[in-house]
Amino acid sequence: MTTEPLELVCPAGTPAALHSAVDAGADAVYLGLRDITNARNFPGLNFTPAELRDALDYARQHGRPGGCRIFVAINTFPAAGRRDPWERAVDLAAELGVDAVILADVGLLDYAARRHPGLRRHLSVQASASNAEAIRFYHEAFGVRRVVLPRVLTLAEIAALNARIPVETEVFAFGGMCVMAEGRCALSPYATGKSPNICGVCSPASHVRYEQQGDTLVSRLGGFTIDAFGPGVPAGYPTLCKGCFRAGGRTAHLFEEPTSLNVIGLIPELTAAGVRALKIEGRQRGRAYVARVVAAFRSAVDAAARGEAVEATDLSGLTEGGRATSGAYLKTWQ
Amino acid sequence: MSRPAAPPAALTLGPLLFNWPAEARRDFYFRMADEAPLDSVCLGEVVCSKRAPLFQRFLPAVVERFKRAGKEILHTTLALVMSPQEMAEQRAIAADAVGLVEANDLGCAAVLQGRSHAIGPFVNVYNEGTLRVLASRGAVRVALPFELPGESLRALAAAAGETELEVQVFGRVPLAISARCYHARLCDLPKSACRYVCDRDPDGLTVETLDGDPFLAMNGTQTLSYTLGRLTAELADLVAMGIRRFRLSPHRIDMAAVAAVYRDLLDGRLAAAEAEERLADLAPFAPAANGFWYGTEGARQVAAAPVAE
Repeated sequence: MTTEPLELVCPAGTPAALHSAVDAGADAVYLGLRDITNARNFPGLNFTPAELRDALDYARQHGRPGGCRIFVAINTFPAAGRRDPWERAVDLAAELGVDAVILADVGLLDYAARRHPGLRRHLSVQASASNAEAIRFYHEAFGVRRVVLPRVLTLAEIAALNARIPVETEVFAFGGMCVMAEGRCALSPYATGKSPNICGVCSPASHVRYEQQGDTLVSRLGGFTIDAFGPGVPAGYPTLCKGCFRAGGRTAHLFEEPTSLNVIGLIPELTAAGVRALKIEGRQRGRAYVARVVAAFRSAVDAAARGEAVEATDLSGLTEGGRATSGAYLKTWQ
Repeated sequence: MSRPAAPPAALTLGPLLFNWPAEARRDFYFRMADEAPLDSVCLGEVVCSKRAPLFQRFLPAVVERFKRAGKEILHTTLALVMSPQEMAEQRAIAADAVGLVEANDLGCAAVLQGRSHAIGPFVNVYNEGTLRVLASRGAVRVALPFELPGESLRALAAAAGETELEVQVFGRVPLAISARCYHARLCDLPKSACRYVCDRDPDGLTVETLDGDPFLAMNGTQTLSYTLGRLTAELADLVAMGIRRFRLSPHRIDMAAVAAVYRDLLDGRLAAAEAEERLADLAPFAPAANGFWYGTEGARQVAAAPVAE
């Protein structure tokens, strides 16, 4: 049986990565402006207004038949009394004619809906809309057309949800995975003072240190040890929730292993659950990474749409610690 | 110390975040109803829907006791609502409520639209635009997110109008919520057959770093600060901003005495330094921290200084 392929929404943190994603077959590319308004506000990353204009041109000229679309993520929470940068970002996206903005904050959604009613609005994963009532609220109040689902739901919950909501859903398919409900996590600011919701960063590199202690390499974030690696073991990045800690007499990765999400094997199930689009995480990744992951998912979603088995592609070199999980989509993860 | 200018500041006992035995929870609430100088109390389960039925049989008696004591009752709801079953339970709470319902999820807030309700601290209210939208839909009281710095609270208070704002000033700070249960995972149990092992840790289970530094507190699907979030000297600033409601989050300590310290502090009968000493004696299980208020690491304790105007 042939179905419409799932839409592939791919990351770009730089113009080079954008070209890679478009060339590898992305249906849409999401990106952010080079400031505090997006949830991957890392040094050297993201787009100036001029680069965004070029990105739109490139996507329309070089993309798949019909063009590749550009979504702009403006998905941190505007600071009280200083909302201007976020509202100007929405204005710029509207002025340049981007295909959608991805927003998380109720106040900013309200602004966008009133000021730019013709600008398509998606709900960011940072809004953590995990039930039909919340999603209907965003749709009815602000005309949201698509929701990026939080990475907390099982396949069965996603299917039940899709039957009850009037909007498209997009789910995370590959890459870094939050263990906590997104947009509701203050672990990073607790340790570093830098918050995903306020600053657009989590476990920021500016607060990371590696210390050699005898044979052991210790990774630290702010004032806290996050993990330790023996000789010959590759040291992972100290993302707080993937750290090794002690509690109740056990020493382990108590929240989550250092691992990445990969649902390439679940594409038929996600299609059956009514999902419209797959999102690949990784705006902080280089162009080679983006090219490989997008190409693998392009052939997988096309094969699945033709009713063919999805060929196993080895993406283990691109996952954290070479390991992958299907995350919350399977109930056993909980 | 400069005295808080406007005395009618109110104290709210926040929802119990931990899984205490039902009888212990009932007795705690009876004592708080009878003895603690509180104005309001939030009853209900925020963290895990599996815990909610455990206390159901005692709830009417507790509600009655608080009513008799003249304390306002709020019914709080889950922070992370993932299934139609869980949403049905939140709707039932709203239908049966004797007082305001506090929504901790925008789905619950949507259910309450058009009826006066409260918004809990697990809803992301970071700016005046969001505050305005929620107020227009019936929110009359908003407990603000834990990580907001003092300068954001000031801007929100200036824009709040008729909406009452509330800030947590005492208790471990909720930092994250997940679909996964860490207590169950620690015990190699699936969440669906968790044996309610979170009941072993009435203030949360300390999570240490590999060097033995206490760092976080585990509470089922929730992760909290190891440190005890505490604002004392900052209260005068909060009052001056126009914030009139202060939340105390329950711990397995003498919370009636904690409430009395805050009442005295708000009424100008106690200096901040003395309040801090008393609170440290009452809550010896963890050091205090106030870093979020100063816009720095939440785990830090910063010496009190007024927030820049």
